[in-house]
Parts: sequence; structure tokens; C-alpha cells
Amino acid sequence: MSEASQTHEFQYSNAHHQAETAISGMWLFLATEVLFFGALFLTWIYSRHWNQAGFDAGAQQTELAIGTINTVILVVSSFAYSAGVAFIETGNGRRLIQCCAAAWLLGVAFLILKFGIEWRDDFAKHLFPGTGFALHGPLSGGAQIFFVFYFLGTALHGLHMIGGLALVGWIILRASRGEFSPAFYTPVVVVGLYWSFVDMVWIVLYPMIYLVGRGP
Amino acid sequence: MNLWLPQATTSAAEVDYLILALLLTSCAILALVFGLILLYMIKYRAGSDFDRGAPDERTWRLEAAWTVATLLIFFGLFVWGADLYVRLFQPPSDALKIYVIGKQWMWKIEHQGGQREINALHLPVGRAIQLVMTSEDVIHDFSVPAFRIKHDVLPGRYETLWFEVNEPGTYHLFCTQLCGTGHAEMFGEIVAMPAPEYQNWLEQNGAAETLASAGETLFMRYGCSGCHGGNGAGGRQSGSTVRAPALAGLYGSPVPLTDGSIVTADDLYIRDCILSPERRRVASYPPLMPSFAGQISEEDLLKITAYIKSLTPEKLP
Amino acid sequence: MSDTVIEAPEFAEGTASYLTDGTTLRSWLLTTDHKRIAILYFGTITIFFFGGGAAAALVRYNLIVPQGMIASAETYNRLFTLHGVVMVWFFLIPAVPATLGNFLVPLMLGARDLAFPKLNLLSWYLFVAAGLVVLYALLAGGVDTGWTFYTPLSSAYSKSHVVAAVTGVFIAGFSSIATGLNFIVTIHRLRAPGMTWYRMPVFLWSLYATSVLLVLATPVLAMTLLLLSFERIFHIGVFDPALGGDPLLFQHLFWFYSHPAVYIMILPGLGVISEIVPAFSSKRLFGYKFVVWCSIAIAVISFLVWGHHMFVAGTSLYSALVFSILSYVVAVPSAIKVFNWIGTMHKGFVRFDAPMLYAIGFIGLFTMGGLTGLFVAALAADVHLSQTYFVVAHFHYVMVGGMVSAYFAGLHFWWPKITGRMYPEMWGRAGAVIIFIGFNLTFFPQFFLGYLGMPRRYHAYPPEFQVLNVLSSAGATILAVGYLLPLAYLTWSLFYGERARANPWGATGLEWQTASPPLTENFVSTPTVTEPPYNYPPPEVVQRHV
Repeated sequence: MSEASQTHEFQYSNAHHQAETAISGMWLFLATEVLFFGALFLTWIYSRHWNQAGFDAGAQQTELAIGTINTVILVVSSFAYSAGVAFIETGNGRRLIQCCAAAWLLGVAFLILKFGIEWRDDFAKHLFPGTGFALHGPLSGGAQIFFVFYFLGTALHGLHMIGGLALVGWIILRASRGEFSPAFYTPVVVVGLYWSFVDMVWIVLYPMIYLVGRGP
Repeated sequence: MNLWLPQATTSAAEVDYLILALLLTSCAILALVFGLILLYMIKYRAGSDFDRGAPDERTWRLEAAWTVATLLIFFGLFVWGADLYVRLFQPPSDALKIYVIGKQWMWKIEHQGGQREINALHLPVGRAIQLVMTSEDVIHDFSVPAFRIKHDVLPGRYETLWFEVNEPGTYHLFCTQLCGTGHAEMFGEIVAMPAPEYQNWLEQNGAAETLASAGETLFMRYGCSGCHGGNGAGGRQSGSTVRAPALAGLYGSPVPLTDGSIVTADDLYIRDCILSPERRRVASYPPLMPSFAGQISEEDLLKITAYIKSLTPEKLP
Repeated sequence: MSDTVIEAPEFAEGTASYLTDGTTLRSWLLTTDHKRIAILYFGTITIFFFGGGAAAALVRYNLIVPQGMIASAETYNRLFTLHGVVMVWFFLIPAVPATLGNFLVPLMLGARDLAFPKLNLLSWYLFVAAGLVVLYALLAGGVDTGWTFYTPLSSAYSKSHVVAAVTGVFIAGFSSIATGLNFIVTIHRLRAPGMTWYRMPVFLWSLYATSVLLVLATPVLAMTLLLLSFERIFHIGVFDPALGGDPLLFQHLFWFYSHPAVYIMILPGLGVISEIVPAFSSKRLFGYKFVVWCSIAIAVISFLVWGHHMFVAGTSLYSALVFSILSYVVAVPSAIKVFNWIGTMHKGFVRFDAPMLYAIGFIGLFTMGGLTGLFVAALAADVHLSQTYFVVAHFHYVMVGGMVSAYFAGLHFWWPKITGRMYPEMWGRAGAVIIFIGFNLTFFPQFFLGYLGMPRRYHAYPPEFQVLNVLSSAGATILAVGYLLPLAYLTWSLFYGERARANPWGATGLEWQTASPPLTENFVSTPTVTEPPYNYPPPEVVQRHV
């Protein structure tokens, strides 16, 4: 099996050529993703500029504790995955599986905290924008727009997390079949790039949701 | 088939000169391109035994030449178009203001004297007119081809447009921004008439009260006077318990905001203060003003703004 | 040097080709061969082209009389929206990249396939899925917001199926991104030995520039459409002025994508013409490096001109000045290309086969489209001309007169390579001439309509505009014949056309060095490139040959 995976598709001159190409393809895909989230962040910042008081009033309703814990979880998850990549470079397939499993479980923990607990609380507090929105008064409009961004941003990030978890799971599956070796571990690297990217999106979302509005 | 469009405003001819210049430039370039293609198609057709000689390898001089030439021509056109555009959107200070409200699918016009029209706009020739425009729903666009002007009419904003008509007559008014099913029915006419006739028209269609006096009634009805005082004298002065800024003399004057910046109190600022007071709050007053968003129509807003404006004496030029 | 102008290996008739390698439906639907995927795209976009064309025909039919031939404004608004959405996202954007590009990128590079063949197939399935969603939107009752989906009409007021249509466009966007990504990586990583960047045909450079735009601009549209859908579904959002949102923000985001998208549509066409003019002039492309860098310049500057769609929308005076001058700057590289094509014909040996006739038609119409662009880039003139039929005529000159002609030129040029058959030459030439004439008759009157002030998207209009409208509609019938003609004779040629040689035009380029139609793996052995592109022999050699 491991021999089969070391061959290359017919359009490449060798396995190394294919590996390098796959990695550059993922980088380009991430460029697309940057522009995708970039448009969201730009719109977010622009809208906040015109409704600063409302946005900040909305941001103060968010759960800072859960957000902070989730940030730590994701950073550790990314770190664990990267450690796995380092292990497979030296041929330690068992450690790769352990690291990926840790990364995967931390990812699931993030989702549970984010959507199972935080979102449920948000809905219970009537923070979803629209009729019946929790905040009233002059700041209500801006706060509702903040929550449009909050729900859209976290939902899109969550979808990317789910996609990432599927990919990490796939890596665990292949690793458990012993398909990776120091000579061939391109998929591990490619998925690692994506997993780190999802982490980085959160690194931007975290201050925009929880911190900026709590400033002095 | 009539290819002549009346030039009804002072600037229409200028726009036409620009378009003519663009047309002549285009025709010259087009003649060059088509001419060369036709010439080469004949002269260098595969069957012709015209001696081609050795291929010319030095191309960069030609490339540089036509790059610079196009850049220069384009830059000239840009300057021309930009200069005129800047003038088209700088209204003179003494322009007569008329208010326009777009709505699916009609134009509502409010004159200062309180006269109202739908899908028609009567105005005097020989006088600068400034339209102050807003929309109740979607984006519309106020376009008068004979005046060579158009501008989008946006909800939540006041957009302005100015012109001076010099030919009496009746002209098409179109909505040129797709605004829903009845988009094509949203047209009307502009009736430009000599000043005396316009005065007659105003008198014949005279309303019971001017915009400003209707605004005064609304100022009471919406409870504005409760805090801002009768005649907009301000909270303290009129004995009200609430400390609210005085509105007399506000229009056109600088207002310091809580974030340290200073804005000039224009139509849009007053509108913003009524609909979303937290957005640009005036400094040194407590944030007590409630939002009137959704409770007040565009027409009433115009009237109240006109009233607040009337509290500031006209500055002499 | 022998008397043959361009040497090409000849292949025995009946050589196995990508067309004969598996003939089941499954072998087509699950193929990862870039050539077969190109064929799948050909079929799909042809359906969209004629579907969108039918909508256009009904629009022109309606405008024959001032009160409108079609009774309801609802229907009319849905027709032109359908026409716009289908033509922009389901024909113009994929037209050259997904068909000719998919087919030719590996062949021109000397590669065996694209870098990611499965991704390529996925992009076609996404495209079909997107098409089905739009079809659903159509059957459910259509959309009436125009293809630009301006808020707050689209988000709050329209009673049509905006979300379904937007979803279709959203999915089609990912199909575009997949294609663009594949091309960029392939061009970087899979060039044959000796194929340096400056030995690449201009077509590849154009597709490279196009792909950069696809990859970087499309995600912005995707996010914009998500925000729009959110607003429409939950009746609350960031473009709603009632809450303090900004409807103009949508226009900024939309045009930040859609102006580069205009170049996504036209750049591949410029590439096609840069292949055909040298081939039928038997001469090197004049100023190769200039043409190449013009493509890149267009791609970069096109990101900086979106504001010129908003000169009368309520943006600031100063931003209008900046966007106006940048719009003039972006027109310069296009002008340079036109001069370079003419320079290529100079002292050439010009033949007038059908692809060249389409290409010459392209140069003429594209030049007119570009020149009328100068009118609407001039601020004061734009105030009068924008949102009228002048703009409609301007962009149809670029998109239809330009891009569709370029697509047809490329289709005829590479048809022998793709299908292994020759089309009837005289019919091809007739088609090119009829399209050129029909196009001008349809759209030239619209410049006058626009100057006279007729607004676009009007289902009924004041009677004084009727004569010009009737002229335009009459021209459209000729144009329709022009477009149906190639459909007929190209289909005919598939069955009865003469078999094509490997290099029927005597053109340079690696794609002509393999059999017509090519083998499944493209080349018998990986080619090595030793020459600059368009290395047509010097005049004296050609003269002797002729």
C-alpha cells in the first residue's frame, strides 16, 4: 500500500514533483480563502466605523470566557497537528496518529463550546438579530448589525472547522493504515496548512468579536 | 428619427462639447485602426507578391510611441471630463432648494412654499435650482436627459443635484436605476417656465402652509419641543427640566461631537440626529435623545428639517 | 530549410485519440482527461448561450413597440435578469477558460494533463449544479433585480427568487475558482522542458492573468452574496439603511468583483486573437513582451477601477476623480494590444480563413467597445450616458462583439484539433461576416438611444425612441441567424467534415505538434521546446512557399 501511494500521477515527472505541486495548490487555495474572509472582515470594520457605539454595545454581550478558552483550544490543536507533521518527518507514525487525534478532539471541543453552549446561550439571550432582539434603544440597530457579523462569521468558521475535522480524520485513517512515511507524507502537510489557516481565521475573529468592543 | 436632444440647461452644451470631442477622437482612432487593417488586408494578403523585405526587429520605439500617445490623449480627456464634473456637482450658494422623494414607483416633489406634486416638477428658468433627494424604499435615480444630469436617490441619505434651466419647456424625467416591477412607469415631466409664470403657478397651487410652518406643527406633535423647547430655544432656557441643545441658529453652524470632531449641521446631520442620534452625538449633552427611526416619514422629516432651518436667519451673502 | 513552412508530424488515419478512448457515458461523466472535460463544458455552455440568447431575443421582441410587446413588466424584468445572469456567469466567464483553456493549457505547455484533474472534473460538476439551481430559480418564477442584485431592492423589496439565483451564482463562483487555481498551478509547475515563461504563447499568459483574477476576485463576490442572502432570509443585515447599514457598500463589494470579472471575460479573448493573427499572417506576434505584460497590467489595474460604476451613485467627488483616471489607465494596455495585432499584419502574408475573419471582426468591434468606454470614463459625459442604452451598447460591443467573436474565432481555429474534422470553410466565412453585420445593426442604434436618454431596463418607453428600437430589434434577427449558422455547420462537420491534418493552418505551438484529435496522453513523448513562440519563418521563405 505504501508503495502504491508513492507513485505519481501521469502528468508529473516524479513523486517529488507531485508533492510540491499539491502543496502549492493548497497555498493558492488559502489565498482564495483569505480574500473570502477578507471581504467579511473589511465589511465588518467598515460597518463598525459607522456604528461604533452600537457595535461595542453588541460586543459586550458576548461570552469572553468561552471565546478565550476556545482560542487556547484552537492554538493548542494547531500546535498538536504541527507536532504530528514533525513526527512523521522522522518516521514516527504512531506519534503522528496521537497528535492528529489530539488535534481532532480539541477541534470537536471547540465546536461543542462554540455552538453547543455559546450559540445556545446567545439564542436564549435573544441576541439573534431581528424582531425580539435583546437590546433596545438607540444602540439596537448597530448591535444587531454586529450580531449579523457575529453569527455569519462564526458559522462560516465553524463550517471550515467541520471540513477541517473531516480532513484530519482522513489523515488519521490513512496514517493508521501505515500509508505515511518520511518519504511520503504530502497529504499530512497539505491538511496541516488548511488546519492552521482555520486557526488563523479564528485569531482574527477572536479580537473582533470579544475584545475590540470591550476597550476603554 | 430625431437625433437632436434639447440643451435645456446652461451646462448641457458643455457636456455636448465633451461628448463631441470624445466622438471625434474615437472616429480618428477608429479610422486609423480600420484603415490600417483594410490596407494590410489588401497589401499583405498571402497572394500578393509585394516585397516584404527583412522583418523589422526594433519594435520598442513604436511601442513606446503609441503607449505615450494614447496616455496623453486619455489624460486630456480625463481632465476635460473631470473639470466639468466637478463644476456640475458644485451648487451655487443661492440655489433654490426643491425636495424630491423617490418611492416605488413615483416621484414626490415638495416645494418650500408647501406645494406638492407627483411625477411632475415645475420650476423657474434662469435660476439655479438645487434638488435635495431621498428615497423611501429602494435606490432610484433622478435623470433628466435634456439637462444632461442624473444622480442616484438613496434611502437614508440626502443626495443633491443642481442645474440652471435656460429654455422653457417640458422635459422627460426618468428613473434610471432599476427599482422593481414598475421601474419603467416611474417617469414624469419637468416643466420649466419663466419666473413670472412660475410665481403664478406657485400661487395657484399654494398650500395652506409652507414646509417650515408644517414642520413647526410636527415639531410639537412629535414632542420635540418638550426637550428642545418651543421655538427650539433649548432645554434650560424654556424652563424644561431636560438639558437638550438649542436648535435656533443650529443650521449651517459647526457642531462639536463627543468623539472630538466637528461637523457642520446640514440636512443630513439633522436627519441623522433624528433617526440615529447615537451615531454622531453632540458633545456635552447627556445621551437622552431617542431614535425616531421607523416612526417618522420622509416627508415629515423634510418638514421638520425645514422648520429647524427656518430658525436660523438667512445669512446675507 | 525545406519548403514546408511549419513542419508537423503526420499521424496515420484512425490513430487512437482521446475521443475513442472509452465511449460509454460513464467514461465521459467520470473522466479526468482535461480534453474530455473541455468537451463537457462545451456542451453545457452552448446550452446556456442559446438559453440566454433566447431571453435576449424576447427582450428585443418586447421593445419593438413603445408600450412593450410582452404584456407585463414582471415578465420583462425577469427576462433581462435571466439574460444577464446566464450570459455573465454561465457563458462569458467560463466560455474560453473552461472550454478552449481546459483543452489547450496542457497541450500548449507540453504537459499531459492539468495539475489537478479531479478538481477539474469537480469544477464541471459544480458548474452544472449551479446551472440547475439557476434553472430552479427560473422555473420557480424567476428573478427581477437585474444581474447586479443591487440592495435594498434585492434584499428587501423584490418578490422574486433572489436567494436561489444568488446561490447558483455562488456555486458557479467556486467552479471558476477551481478552474483558475488549476491553471495557475499547472502553468507554474507543468511546463515542458525548455518552455520558459517567455516561450509561452500569449494565450497562456492571458489565461494566467485571468486565473489570478478568478482566484482573487471571486471569493469577494461569494462573501458579498452570502451577506445579501443573510439579509434577505432574516430580514436584517448590513446593507439596510434603516439600521445604520449602507446600501452603497454592496455596490462597492459587487463591483470590486465584477469589474475584474469584466476582464475575466475579455482577457482570454485577447489571448485567442494573439494566437490567430500571427498564424494567419505567417508572422511573429509584434511586440510579444509588450502584449504579455499588457495582460498582466490589465489584471492588476482592473482591481482598482471598480468605482467607475458608481460615478452617479453618491460616492465622493474625489474618489470619482481617482477612479476616472485609473479607468483611462486600464484602457491603455488594451489599446496597445490592438496596435500590436495590426503591427503583426504589417508585412505579413495575410490569409482570410474563417478564424481570421472572426478575429478581424473582433478587433473592429472590440476597438469600438473600447473607444465608447472612453465616453463613460469621462466623468461629465458619464453623468449623462450612464444607465442608458449607451452603456448597454458599450458593454455589448466589448462582451458580445468582442468576447463572443473571440470565442468563435478560437472555436474555428482549434476545431480541427479538438474534433479532428474540418468545417465547411465557406460557411465559416459567411458566419463571420453575418455576425459582424448583424451585431452592428443590433447595437449601433443603441448608442444613439443612449445619448437621447433612453434608460436601460425599461419595459415600455416614450414613443420617440421607437424607430431606433425597431432598427435594433431588426438587426437582432440577423445576429440570431449569425449565431445559429455555426451551430448548424459545426454540428454537421462532426459527422461529415473532412478529416483534419495535425496542423491544418501551418501554425506554431505545441498543440499543433500532436495528432488531430490528440492522443489521450496528449503527446507520444514529452516535447522539448527550443524556440521562441510564433517562430514563423522569415518573409523570403514564406514568399518562396506561396
